[in-house]
Parts: sequence; structure tokens; C-alpha cells
Amino acid sequence: MTNDLLLVAPLLAALGSAIAGALAAGRATAQRVIGVAGAGALLTSAVALVVHVHATGIATTQLGNWPAPFGITLVADLFSALMVLVTGVVALCVAVYAASENDARALGAGFFPFFHVLLMGVCGAFLTGDLFNLYVWFEVMLLASFVLLTATAGPSALRSGLAYVSLNLLASAFFLVGVAVLYGVAGTLNLADLAVKLGQPEAREAARPVAALLLVAFGIKAGLFPVFFWLPASYPTAGVAVSALFAGLLTKVGVYALIRVFTLLFPLQDAGGSVALVAVASATMICGVLAAASQAHVRRILSFHIVSQIGYMVLGLALATPLALASAIFYVLHHIVTKTNLFLVGGLIRRAGGSEALGELGALAVRRTGLAVLFAVPALSLAGVPPLSGFFAKLQLLRAGLDAEAFVAVFIAVAVGLLTLFSMAKIWIEAFWGEAPENAAPDPTLPRGAVFASAGLALLTVALGLGAEGLWQLANEAAATLLEPERYVRAVLGARS
Amino acid sequence: MSLAVALAVGVVFAVSLRLLLQGTLWHLLLGLALLSHGTHLLLFAAGGLVAGGPPLALEGALAPAAGAADPLPQALVLTAIVIAFAVLAFALVLGLGAGRDAKTDDIDAYGGDRG
Amino acid sequence: MTTLIVRTATRYLMPLLLLFSLFLLWRGHHEPGGGFVGGLVAATAFVLLAIADGTSAARRLLRIAPVRLVPVGLATSLVAGLGAFVLGRPFLTGLWPEAGIALGTPLLFDVGVYLTVVGVVLTILFALMEEGS
Repeated sequence: MTNDLLLVAPLLAALGSAIAGALAAGRATAQRVIGVAGAGALLTSAVALVVHVHATGIATTQLGNWPAPFGITLVADLFSALMVLVTGVVALCVAVYAASENDARALGAGFFPFFHVLLMGVCGAFLTGDLFNLYVWFEVMLLASFVLLTATAGPSALRSGLAYVSLNLLASAFFLVGVAVLYGVAGTLNLADLAVKLGQPEAREAARPVAALLLVAFGIKAGLFPVFFWLPASYPTAGVAVSALFAGLLTKVGVYALIRVFTLLFPLQDAGGSVALVAVASATMICGVLAAASQAHVRRILSFHIVSQIGYMVLGLALATPLALASAIFYVLHHIVTKTNLFLVGGLIRRAGGSEALGELGALAVRRTGLAVLFAVPALSLAGVPPLSGFFAKLQLLRAGLDAEAFVAVFIAVAVGLLTLFSMAKIWIEAFWGEAPENAAPDPTLPRGAVFASAGLALLTVALGLGAEGLWQLANEAAATLLEPERYVRAVLGARS
Repeated sequence: MSLAVALAVGVVFAVSLRLLLQGTLWHLLLGLALLSHGTHLLLFAAGGLVAGGPPLALEGALAPAAGAADPLPQALVLTAIVIAFAVLAFALVLGLGAGRDAKTDDIDAYGGDRG
Repeated sequence: MTTLIVRTATRYLMPLLLLFSLFLLWRGHHEPGGGFVGGLVAATAFVLLAIADGTSAARRLLRIAPVRLVPVGLATSLVAGLGAFVLGRPFLTGLWPEAGIALGTPLLFDVGVYLTVVGVVLTILFALMEEGS
């Protein structure tokens, strides 16, 4: 019973707030209250879920009481639960930001209902134990993201909006083709049941093309090399709160799906990692960071850095040692908090300086000392400067790389880290130092809630850096569970298998 | 039968790919529509094509009669069709606005970043 | 399009379609039918009226803005799923009364689907029809 409630609670919190928000359409204050309260409820239920899963192990519930593998199963192992938790954190901060930063018109037009539908899709993807159901949650998430993107981006960004929609549809098609072939081979789509069926050498051989199809599908969604270009084209065009939410969560759902599929269905740990995936991850790091270096627009620089950071996470998966996987998990959690915050600060910079183009900004450190601190914390964390969370994430990943003797990848990771620091320094020098531009906009006051949201995330970044041991412990446990698919199978199918 | 459907899926995918690479709005939308149709057909075929009866249990029986078709791919296809319908409807509206604002259906002429 | 024939036919067809949609909704649990197809048929009835007499007439008959039906429908389905928690069963478990009539939570769920589908389809189609004119 506890499992039944706790696993559904995050989804219900999101869906309930979406419904309540839609019923209160057009009333800005009600939208704000429902939006923030709903995100708070999501966070609360996520905390309960993590505590429960940490105490009792993998939790499952069979929707509609149809036994697995026939019905839809929801599963939370520690990795899923942690992802839901960080989703709740990001949701609450972005909701507070949006409630204070957006004007009444944007809120009345239905920002929060779609915001919550998006969150429901994200949490559903983390919690589902069924491959087709994962596809459905992906689409729920994407449809909400289409609406949020095009509603806030304005007509000047139609081309990138179209690119976003088409590329994601293409990825969905790849995903669905993979699902079809897998069903033809194994006759089931329940992840645990699939893991059992694919354990037979014959089925594994027949399902090999599916691994490639799913890699492409999730690769597009995660923004892996060479299919990442839709991301930096579309994210900076969206509204600030929307782009922060996308930056934090959407690509990471792709990373989550990659980690789930390549530890459970096609276990990379049994194959001793994948050289091809290491190469893809390295190329992703390099391309993202080099492209970022050539940009001169705050959120566009940050968007390219999402790509390069995705490379780090996938590198952890590709090495597939316990240490590497744990550092990938740590990296994902750190990255979601840090990246969301950077996008929020990008919005504050735009407000304070009147622009996001580096050439039109300057001297913000003098005029806006608080904002400078807010930017510096996540930026240094992203680049991996101690004692912030990013340092610990990178350190463990490099250790894992050295252990696995992937020296080239380690070298690339270090070089990319330095280039990230360069990029962050560029934003710092151009926007916060230097001369104030001639026609600088008179300082508008920054919305207090938005500053609070960003400060909260910055504090969390510091806390994750100073108290890294605790989260590292959790990440290790999560990785250990991932590396033993039998535990997942037993939790879902019971003792029968 | 399977071969015929497989060939059909191949042709649909080939045509949709050609359309997607055309670079104009309406070709893009048609290509996306065809792409999802091809996927649905494949999903349907992957469940095994049998000329079986409907997967319905008769009054009093616990299971459908032997030789009934597998109902799951049908359910999956139905779900996928609904989703594809929604996404495509959205893409159409988006395209409609784009085409009207830019007065052309050449995608490269639209505003925004060159991805 | 708004010929006398269409308008006269609509007057007779529309109530029939609405009745048929309810019939589909009702028999949906054990036989072919259900909230989804029922909702589509009901939406068709309103679209037919919109073609014959214009969308404003159809909107008047519906009384409530179609987009408002979506959260109402979703909430109905959500409540149907929550009922299972009261008896300690997993979310969405179907609950039936002992008597054996088919008035269980799955029917309530289907009613929610019905409303949602009517709302979504009419929102899209009315918008497109008004765009064209």
C-alpha cells in the first residue's frame, strides 16, 4: 500500500496541479499559487519516495492491479527516486522564478498547466517500468515542451521551433521502431521481463539492432554528438523559466533512458563498457565546448555547454564500471541543479543589463554585486572548481576514467573542463567587468522571488560540494543497484523468475 | 504477407525521408506524417501477422479462442496513432503560422537561429 | 456548405449522434466502444452543427467553452483512479459494486475520457474552422 501511494504521488501532484491550473485559467494570482504549491507537493512526495526507497529497496506498483508483465508497472529504484527528487527541486525553484518573473498575461495564457504536464511526463519517464509506457511519457513531456517553447519563443524563432519539433518526432520514430522490433523478438515490453528474455543468447543476438535504434533515439533526445544541433538552436529562444526547465530536465531524461536501457536491457557492464560510446561521449564534449567558445550570447553559450556536459555523463555510462556509473549519476544530479540555475541567472542578467548579447553588457559586477555572486557559484561549479559540486563530479569521473585506462577520454575531459572555465570567464569579463555600455538601460529592480529561486539553487550547489560525501554515498548505492539487474527483475516479477 | 508489409514499410520510410530532406514546410509536415505511419505499420507487423479471429473472449470463456490475433500491438498502434495525431496537429498549426507570417514555405527563409 | 439539405439533415442527425455516442460510452467496458470513440462521435455531432449553422451556434449549444471540458474530464478520470486507494488497491484498479451492474469506476474513468476527447477535438476543430472563415 505504501508503495502504491508513494510511486503514484509525484505523478498525481503534477497532474492535479495541471488540472487545477487549467480550471483556474485566466486568473493570474490563482495560477501563481497553484503553480508553486503543486511544485512543492511534487518535491514533498519525491522526498518521501527517496526516503522509502532508500530504507526498503526497489519499490513497485502495478497500475490497475494487473500483474507484471501484463499491466503497466511503476518502479522506483534509488536512481529513479533521486531523479524524481532533483526534478522536484528544480520544479519548485523554476515555479517560484516564473511566478515572480512572468507577467499576468503569460500566466493567464496557461504557462503553469503545461509546466506541470511537462513535469508529469518527466517523472513518469523516470518511474515507468515499461518500454512503451516510457515512449508515452516521452511524448507527454514533448507535447508540453512544444507548447511551452512556441508560446514563449515568439514568431521570430519558428525555424528553430520547427527543428525542435521535427528532430524530436524523428527520435520518437526511431524509439517506436525499436519498440516494435523488440516486441517482435521478445513478445513483451515490460523492462524487467525484457531483461529476462534478452538474457537468452539467441534473443540477445536478434535484438542487437534495437540497441542501435534506442541509442539513436535517446541520443537525439539527450543531445549527443552528432545529433545535438537542435538543442542550442531552440533553447535560447524560449522564455527564461521555460529554457531553464528544459536545460535542467529534458536532455537528462534522455540520459536517464540511456543509463536504464544500457544497464538493464543491454548491460554494458557485462561487455566491459563500450569503446564506441566513449568515442561518442568524447566527441560530444569537444563539439559542445568548442561551439560554446564561439558564441557571444549568454544563454546560447550555456546551451552549447549542456551538450558538452552530456558528454561527461555518457562517458560515465560508457565506461560502465561501478565507480564510473556512480560518478555519472552524481554528475547528472549536480548538472540539473547547476544548469537550471545558470539559465535562471541568464534571465536575471538580461533583466539587469537589458540584453543577453555579451557586447551589449558590462560592469554588472559594480552595479549588481549580488547578481555577480549568483552567477559565479553555478558557473564555477559547472567548470569544476573546488569546493563546488561540479569539482567532485568531475574528480570522480576522472578517477573512473583512469581506473578504466581510458586515457584519451580523460585527457579530453580535463581539456574540456578548462575550456568550460574559459567560457564562464568570458561571460564574467564581458558582462560583469569592463565598461558599462553607452546606452545602458536604467537598472530595473530584479523580481525578489526570482532572486530567491536562484539563490536557493546556488546554496544547494554549495551544499552538494561541501557535503558531497552524503550524495556520493547515495550515488554509489544507486549505481550498485543498476549494476545488478537481477534485483530490478526480482522486485518487479517477484520470485517467479 | 510479412514480406509485403515489410516492403511497404520500407517504401513509406524511403518516401518520408525524401520528403523530410526537401527543405520546404509542407514536404516536411507530409514527411513527418508518413514517418509516423510507417512506424505504426511496422509496430503492427512486428506483433506477428495472422489471419486470426478477433481477440475477444466469448461469454463464459476465460481466454479468446485459439488462433486469435495478438491484441497488444493493436493497442500499441492505437496509442501511437493518437499521440502522432496530436503532435502532427500541433506541427500543422505551427507550420500554418510560419507559412503565413513568412509568406513562403521555404524553411530556410524563416526567422530564428540556423540550427 | 450550408444548404437546406445539410441543415435539415443536421437537425435529425445531431441528436442521433449524441445518443449513439452515449450508447458507445455505456457499452464500452466489455464490448467494442468506450469513452474515446464515444467522445469522437459526440464531437462529430457538434462539428456537424458547426458546419451547418456556424461555430457560434455550436458553441451556444455546448454552453461551456470546449477547452474547459478538458480539465473537467481529466479530473473525472483522476477521481476514478483514486477510488482504488480507499480500498487499499493500486492506483486505477477497477472497482465494481457487488450487484453486478456495470456502474464501476472504469465507467467513471471512461466518462472522463469522453469529456476530455470532446473538449480537445472541439477546441482544435472550432479554432481551425474559425481561422478559415
